[in-house]
Amino acid sequence: MQYITLDTETDFDGWRKAARSLVLHHVPPTDATWTVQGGEAELFAPPAPSPIFEVNDGTFNVSAKFVELAKAAILHRDGERFAILYRLLWRLKDNHDLIEVATDPDVAQVTAMARAVHRDEHKMHAFVRFREIGRERAAHYVAWFEPEHHIVELAAPFFAKRFADMPWSILTPDLCAHWDGHALSFTSGVSKNEAPGEDRLEETWRRYYASIFNPARLKVKAMQTEMPKKYWRNLPEASIIKPLIEDAERMTGAMIANAATDPHKPQKRPEAPMPRKLAADDLEALREEAAHCRACPLYKDATQTVFGEGPKDATIMLVGEQPGDKEDLAGHPFVGPAGQMLDRALQEAGVDRNKVYVTNAVKHFKFVPRGKIRLHQKPATPEIRACRQWYEREVSVIQPELIVAMGATAAQSVFGKITPIGKTRGRLIDLPDGRKALVTVHPSYLLRLPDPEAKVLEYQRFVEDLKIAAGLQKKAPRAA
Amino acid sequence: MDVQRKLEILADAAKYDASCASSGTEKRDSSDGKGMGSTAPGMGICHSYAPDGRCISLLKVLLTNACNYDCLYCVNRASSNVPRARFTIDEVVKLTLDFYRRNYIEGLFLSSGIIRSPDYTMEQVVSVARKLREEHHFRGYIHLKTIPEADDALIAEAGKYADRLSINIEMPEETSLQQYAPEKDVRAIRRTMGRLRLKLDEAEENRSTKTKARPQRFAPAGQSTQMIVGADTASDHTILHTSANLYGSYRLRRVYYSAFSPIPDASRALPLVQPPLLREHRLYQADWLMRFYGFDVAEIVDDSAMLPLDIDPKLAWALRHRDRFPLDVNRASREELLRVPGFGTKAVERIIATRRTTTIRLSDLARLHVPRNKALPFIVLSDHRPAPHRLDEARLIERFKPKATQLGFGF
Repeated sequence: MQYITLDTETDFDGWRKAARSLVLHHVPPTDATWTVQGGEAELFAPPAPSPIFEVNDGTFNVSAKFVELAKAAILHRDGERFAILYRLLWRLKDNHDLIEVATDPDVAQVTAMARAVHRDEHKMHAFVRFREIGRERAAHYVAWFEPEHHIVELAAPFFAKRFADMPWSILTPDLCAHWDGHALSFTSGVSKNEAPGEDRLEETWRRYYASIFNPARLKVKAMQTEMPKKYWRNLPEASIIKPLIEDAERMTGAMIANAATDPHKPQKRPEAPMPRKLAADDLEALREEAAHCRACPLYKDATQTVFGEGPKDATIMLVGEQPGDKEDLAGHPFVGPAGQMLDRALQEAGVDRNKVYVTNAVKHFKFVPRGKIRLHQKPATPEIRACRQWYEREVSVIQPELIVAMGATAAQSVFGKITPIGKTRGRLIDLPDGRKALVTVHPSYLLRLPDPEAKVLEYQRFVEDLKIAAGLQKKAPRAA
Repeated sequence: MDVQRKLEILADAAKYDASCASSGTEKRDSSDGKGMGSTAPGMGICHSYAPDGRCISLLKVLLTNACNYDCLYCVNRASSNVPRARFTIDEVVKLTLDFYRRNYIEGLFLSSGIIRSPDYTMEQVVSVARKLREEHHFRGYIHLKTIPEADDALIAEAGKYADRLSINIEMPEETSLQQYAPEKDVRAIRRTMGRLRLKLDEAEENRSTKTKARPQRFAPAGQSTQMIVGADTASDHTILHTSANLYGSYRLRRVYYSAFSPIPDASRALPLVQPPLLREHRLYQADWLMRFYGFDVAEIVDDSAMLPLDIDPKLAWALRHRDRFPLDVNRASREELLRVPGFGTKAVERIIATRRTTTIRLSDLARLHVPRNKALPFIVLSDHRPAPHRLDEARLIERFKPKATQLGFGF
């Protein structure tokens, strides 16, 4: 039998060195007994610990996951923890994958210990309550806490980083942690009567606690699951928990029983709400009207109507399909990836972007949500028809000479009927009202092409189409 | 009026906002010796729990409960008879720092009634955050309410100081919002959420691209919203459809559901009943299924448009799709395992890691932290197969219904 005595209850380094030597000397777990210096002496402990092996007698690999679990589990209060960890280490050296087997009893036990330690650490971060000694600049903050496991050293750095600008002490029965504004230090445990008994803010905190509680939603079990009773005795708010619960049902009943009161007369508003902006011109008026469009159901799920934009005296009007994700959020047409593609193509074709009016055949984004993204949906004929009134009214305000329909949906709107792109593309077509129309693809079609060669080719065709529009723009500077 | 009395009024006025999270922000601390406070990435800390089971993580208050709006479901509506109060900016700053220093809270959640104008209100709220951050170098968590239609510069500044921003949509349907909150405009709320998302996306892009320029910080913990459940007649299907839309459209971190509580000085137009807490709970479960388990709204709610109250939505789905079960736990895909009643996301990860090296048996379920009774009819293990016809029994559902119990407070 080998007897190992560790320096402290949390001596991970000592455990690691000893365990490493034991494994290298092929000492099976059943032949090793672990104790702590000054701890509860083992009945069978020899008067002196076994001679410690040579420290530098080699190493072997063990998974990082085990080391991480062991560092936490060793802080557990269970006296068997050193032996259990050694048993698991012994088994791991021939079977590295064992650590991933959640169903193995040793792995499960060590995992549960590590989890209990981390939970206790988390609760310490949450339930420590500082009390102020002295005032303002000379104040020192002192807390009393009773942790379940040996976690004071583990939990202390959190408080040092959070309360770096104030001197504090956390007193516990095992160990006390202190921060002087520069460094952490630890002293041995003390009893509760060493800690201050009250703080000037506690009454205010209790008032807050009572007011933020909603008596209509009593769920005492849920509270106790997260805030077990063992922590209550050191929480300033705990003294009012019971009275609050007793009052809750009475209060809710009273609230429901109280007939609704007569509303008091609303006070005069200090400032009248701002008046609506008056439309600057007929295009603005149209935009404002379209913002409230309910002609088809698409408005329900979209953010807003995305109306056309551009100068009122534009000679060319570009019509796309519908706003996309980004356009829907920003409220402007062609600001997403397809818009960037369009800008580049217009520049290459020699079209002055600032003199073009851009709009969409359908002015609300149609989509289905898929988790955190929205999948674009093609507008259907009823939606295109319902939205056509806005397109027509835009045309009558802008009076463009050329209308460029990008994609099938736009073409359907411009010609008033389903129009295949292939047959009409790339030439000027006379519209019944004397305007010219030009059909081409939608820039988002170019974005979706998987084949890079086809992409280049199609993009060139798109630019060629736009050059027709550029020729018309140069030829016809409009009389103002 | 003294600060304690103001605190009572303005905390009471804020308690109907369900949001309490202090999670999901960047890692910060004060170890540089400047100021005070820190944040944990991922999980926030709940410093206390009220007897309503809700966590108390932030000092949750209104700057003022005076309000121009007359939203019927709101205790602070213009026509309500509640006592009114208004904090000064310095009072909120001091309370936040005093509470924080004693480790009572993770930070501040600040909202406000609408006074004067949206811009004026937003500016007041932002001033508190500015003072905490700029003058006191407060590094704790700040959650600010965003006032719809507030000026872009104010929203950008709010995002500069806050970890999280939220705008409450309140009602699942536009029609009920019009009916109950005549001054509120769901379109304005959505437009503002859209603006927030564009700013959040931009800040994220700046963080991920390795530019030398310091990215403009904008609400690293994202945005959230709240819907009131049970004040109007919207069905669970409508509520979840709205949630799915909001998650997809504005990348919200959370949609909170708040069971409508009887409020002191209630309005005559609203039901004065106990809040539908169980319904709220089922909605949260359904929300989880949408976000972490790959469920679609249409799958979660059947034709009745309401979630069953007696069993959870995942079990209800499994009982409607018995043909897909039993599943072989040692062979099924992750997506399939996630649909087994009682299998949580962590349990599924444990199962997948474990079955690489060993075969999972009946006795292993406890160590995988799987509720045995719930899962057994739906799974096959190396030494377990549900009895034939087990899944077809009409009585199967009875097995899962909660036993009637006496209510008690467990004292």
